[in-house]
Amino acid sequence: MNILQAIGRVTLSAGAAIWDVFALFFRTLYWLFYAPLRGKFIGRHYIFSQMVFAGVQSLLIVFFVALFIGMVLAMQGAYQLSQLGAVRFVAALISVSMCREIGPVLIALVVAGRVGSAIAAELGTMKVTEQIEALETMAMNPIRYLVVPRFLALIVMLPALTIMGDLIGMLGGYIVGVYNLGISPGLYIKTNFDFLVLKDVMTGLLKSFVFGMIIAMIGCYMGLNTKGGAEGVGRSTTMSVVVSFILIILADAILTGLFYFASV
Amino acid sequence: MEEKREVVIRIENLEKQFGGRKVLEGISLDVYKSETLVIVGGSGCGKSTLLRHIIGQLKPDAGKVYLFGKDITKANEDEMDSIKKRFGMLFQSAALFDSLTVEENIALPMREHTKLDDHIIKIMVKMKLNQVGLRGFGHLNTSQLSGGMKKRVGLARAIALDPEIIFYDEPSAGLDPVVTAVVDKLILDLSSALSITSVVVTHDMNSVFRIADRIVMLYKGKILQIGTKEEIKNSKNEYIQQFINGTIEGPMQFFAPDEGYLEELTK
Repeated sequence: MNILQAIGRVTLSAGAAIWDVFALFFRTLYWLFYAPLRGKFIGRHYIFSQMVFAGVQSLLIVFFVALFIGMVLAMQGAYQLSQLGAVRFVAALISVSMCREIGPVLIALVVAGRVGSAIAAELGTMKVTEQIEALETMAMNPIRYLVVPRFLALIVMLPALTIMGDLIGMLGGYIVGVYNLGISPGLYIKTNFDFLVLKDVMTGLLKSFVFGMIIAMIGCYMGLNTKGGAEGVGRSTTMSVVVSFILIILADAILTGLFYFASV
Repeated sequence: MEEKREVVIRIENLEKQFGGRKVLEGISLDVYKSETLVIVGGSGCGKSTLLRHIIGQLKPDAGKVYLFGKDITKANEDEMDSIKKRFGMLFQSAALFDSLTVEENIALPMREHTKLDDHIIKIMVKMKLNQVGLRGFGHLNTSQLSGGMKKRVGLARAIALDPEIIFYDEPSAGLDPVVTAVVDKLILDLSSALSITSVVVTHDMNSVFRIADRIVMLYKGKILQIGTKEEIKNSKNEYIQQFINGTIEGPMQFFAPDEGYLEELTK
């Protein structure tokens, strides 16, 4: 009986949290689309500063992660493909898998760790030090001034970072393919792009768009619902990363399934 | 007996429960224009909760709150925003935005709610800083300020839009006696020079008797007495006497009775 009670309690609180996240999402959409029609715009500098933080300042880590994963894929692929005598298809393997799967997911995970956690920590600190309440009493809606700029920045910058990551991953594959596996540069580039179709890139970008929403919403939700001082901020930060990771992988599975069955 | 004074805040039969526990019970109160009203009570008596209701951060279970004649328990977001622009609030921790400098903190409400030119805003920010005695500190980061300076910057930000009411949540919390006196003087100056209405929540009795025009004594979510300093000092109420004199003996019990202690230990 106690186990059932515990399960029931967890289910109820999880259900309430999911409901709250969706409520936050819809209020974000309201401030993003409807409020500007009524003359309530979001200051450009709020959005740009977030874009610089979420996008430009993530470039270095995205560069290294994508470059090395491209190189690793080339070596792992060559190990398998050499048994079939088809080493040159390493290029195709990397370009397609980077664009469809590894690029969007890996970079979303990196950004969730770097940007999502920072959002949760910043908003969480603001919450426990009464800054959120101060904004509200100054007639500045926290969703409008804090959530919407971060949401916009992530849904724009995460796909942008993903495009960069895809290309850098291909560059990593090129380095191994040409200088180590001895594929000629022209053949490598040709194989790289011959097997890549627009749909591969587009489905990948659609995924990273959804991942961007997840990171922004979870980071903001955890931050704005922080309770209990510095310890609470730490808990929110950790939770934002854990929940974002799980939801990104879950959304990835659902979206991949959708694309797969829609195209059959 | 009293001349007709303009009521800026009216509270009628306010009730609030948190998890089945009554935090506010039948609070009714009028605040007149340009007076300094101090809400006093022990920890957990509901005074902060009452303040949160007056500024519209919490919705009551029953009762009404009128600000400038408008019932804010029924106001929509737009109406509430226009009311919020007419009052300022000094938070207990000052609640300065730590991503902004002192100047930017004070300028923020002006930038968002007025169409003033940037160089005019800069001049106004300097005037507000001068008003709280912090001329020349505008370029600092909020992390470089002491507790008392933070409070004063918070006050400068609260008066940024020239409000008609200022709310103070524990203005002397965490300050030494001298800085407390400075903040009290600022509160007095603002209310006398600009005839701003002040509502102060505190439990610091020294500062209460310095600044108050009228005092509201709150105990367990109910109003014990509303009166002037003299009326409160000479009150017959035992709770009030215990509170203003800060004695352990009295009707408020802080220690569990001795009976049953032995059984509890050995159980």
